[in-house]
Amino acid sequence: MTRVHDLAHARAGDKGNTSNIVVVAYDAAGWEQLRRDLTAERVAATFAAIGAGPVTRYELPRLAALNFVIENALGGGVSRSLSIDPHGKSLSALMLTIDLPDTE
Amino acid sequence: MTDLRLRIGAGAGFADDRIEPAVAMAEAGAVDYLVFECLAERTVAREVQARHADPDAGFNPHLRARMQAVLPAAARNGVRIVSNMGAANPVAAARATVAVAAELGLPHLRAAAVTGDDVTDAVRARPDLVLMESGDPVESLLPDMVSANAYLGADAVLAGLETGAEVVLTGRVADPSLFLAPAMHHFGWGADDLDRIAAGTVMGHLLECAAQLTGGCFADPTRPEKQVPGMDDIGNPIALIGKDGALELTKLPGTGGRLDRRTATEQLLYEVHDPARYITPDCTLDMTGIDLVETGHDRVQVTGARADGPPEQLKVLVAYAEGFIGEGQVGYAGIGAVERAKLAAQVVQDRLRRRGFTYDEMRVDLIGCTSLHGAASGTSEPYEVRLRIAARCRDRAAAAAVGFEVRAMHVNGPTGGGGGSVASVRNVMAVQSVMVPRDLIRLGVEVFGGGQA
Repeated sequence: MTRVHDLAHARAGDKGNTSNIVVVAYDAAGWEQLRRDLTAERVAATFAAIGAGPVTRYELPRLAALNFVIENALGGGVSRSLSIDPHGKSLSALMLTIDLPDTE
Repeated sequence: MTDLRLRIGAGAGFADDRIEPAVAMAEAGAVDYLVFECLAERTVAREVQARHADPDAGFNPHLRARMQAVLPAAARNGVRIVSNMGAANPVAAARATVAVAAELGLPHLRAAAVTGDDVTDAVRARPDLVLMESGDPVESLLPDMVSANAYLGADAVLAGLETGAEVVLTGRVADPSLFLAPAMHHFGWGADDLDRIAAGTVMGHLLECAAQLTGGCFADPTRPEKQVPGMDDIGNPIALIGKDGALELTKLPGTGGRLDRRTATEQLLYEVHDPARYITPDCTLDMTGIDLVETGHDRVQVTGARADGPPEQLKVLVAYAEGFIGEGQVGYAGIGAVERAKLAAQVVQDRLRRRGFTYDEMRVDLIGCTSLHGAASGTSEPYEVRLRIAARCRDRAAAAAVGFEVRAMHVNGPTGGGGGSVASVRNVMAVQSVMVPRDLIRLGVEVFGGGQA
C-alpha cells in the first residue's frame, strides 16, 4: 500500500471557507503516480469526512506539484469557525494519509 | 563585481511573528528594505474596535516592540521599513513609530502613514453591492458591519515611499504589493511593465509569510527529505531582485532553517487557487511557467512568472459582528475514557437545552480522536481524550453557559473528569467580500517626524 506521504510533501493554506493544499512529489516516479492516481475524486472522498467539497485539482508539471482547492473545508471560514484548527493548517496531514492503488 | 540587485527582507509574516530575524538582517546590513506583513483577514476589524475604545490605538500591538528592536540597526545601515502594521490606524502607528525613534535617539526619523483603504462609509452608501460568498446584497450585513477595507495595491505603498520617509505604514494592502512597491520605487518600474510587475509580485507572494519560505511549517521528523536544521533560529527570507526582474531568494548566512526547491514550491502555491490566475490589485499573475532552480546553498532562482493586467475593481473585506462563541474543555483518561467523554458531551447538551438556550451551530470535539480530521481519523481508541464543546449564538449568556456546563463535569458528570478549562466567550468577527470600483478609494499620505515638533 502506498500513501501520499510516501511520495510527496504538502502544505495547506486558507482563504475564507476554502482550503488549498499543495502536494509536491519527491521525485519523477512519485510525480507520475500522483498525477495519475491522486485525482480530485479521490481527494474529495477523503475530505467528505470533514464535510468538505467540491474539490478542484490544478497541475503544475514544472514543479511536480498538484494544487487542490477544497471548498467548504473550514467550518464557515477562519473568523466564525468552531473548529479547533480554523485555518485548516492540519489538513495537509490529512491529504498525506490518502491511500493510492498499488502499481504493477 | 558590484551586485546591483535590490535586497528585500521579510521582517514578519503574521501579526504575532518572531522579532529576532528582522533584527539580525538589519544588524548585518543584509537588506535595503525590511517588509513586515502583519494583517490577517479579520485583524483590521479587531483593530477598528480597539480604535473605537481608544483613538490612539488600532494598530498592531507589537509595533512599538518591533520598532524598538529594529530601528537602531535600520537607521545605522540605511534600511527602510514598509509594513501594514498600521492596521486600522496608520496615522497613530506612524506617530508611535516616531515617538519610539525619538526615545532611541533618532529624532530625524520620518514615518509616512498611507490611508485610503477604509471604505466603510462608501460601502454603507452602496447597499446594492453583492457579497461574493453568500450572493446577498451587502445591505443584509450593514446593521452589524464593523469595517470595510479595500485591498490597496503597490501604488498606495509607492506613494508612501516617494515621500522619502524611512518607515512607511499602511492599513489593508495586498500582501505581495507591500514587497513589489519598493522594487518599483527603486528601479522606476511602471505599473504597466508587466514582466517586472510579475517578478515583483511573485517575490512578494513568496516572502509574505516570512519563515514559511525558509523552513517554517515544513519539518517532518519521519521523512529524511523534510529535516530542518536550526529550527530555534530560522532565518527569514531575503529576495535579491534586479532591474530587469531577475529574482533570487536567500537568507542570512548562519541562521537556521533551509531554503530550497521544496520549501519554495510549498510556499509558491500557498493560499493560491488557480495558479494561472492569482489576482492582486497590481496584476493577474500566471505561475504555471515558473521554474525554481537551486543556485547554491539556501539559494533559489525564480524564473518564468508572467502577468496580465490588474483587475478593474478592488476586493473589499467587510467585517461584521456575528454574536459569540462559547467554549469549554474537560479531560478523561484510562478505561472507557472515550465513552465517558461522549456521555459528558450528552449531559452538557441536555443541560443547555433544559436551560432554554439555543445555538446557531454547536460542535463537539474529542481531542485526541476526531477534533482535527473528523470521521477520517479511524476508530482506534486513545488512552486519554479531551472533550471540547464550542457553540456560536447571538446571546452572550447562552455562549457563556457552554463553558460553564462543561466545567460542571468536574463534580456533576461522569467519573474521573479532570482538568476542566476556564469557560471562555469571544466575539465573532466574520468577514465576507465585495468588489468596488477603484475610484471609490481616496488615497492619503501623511508624514510624521523629521525633527519637527
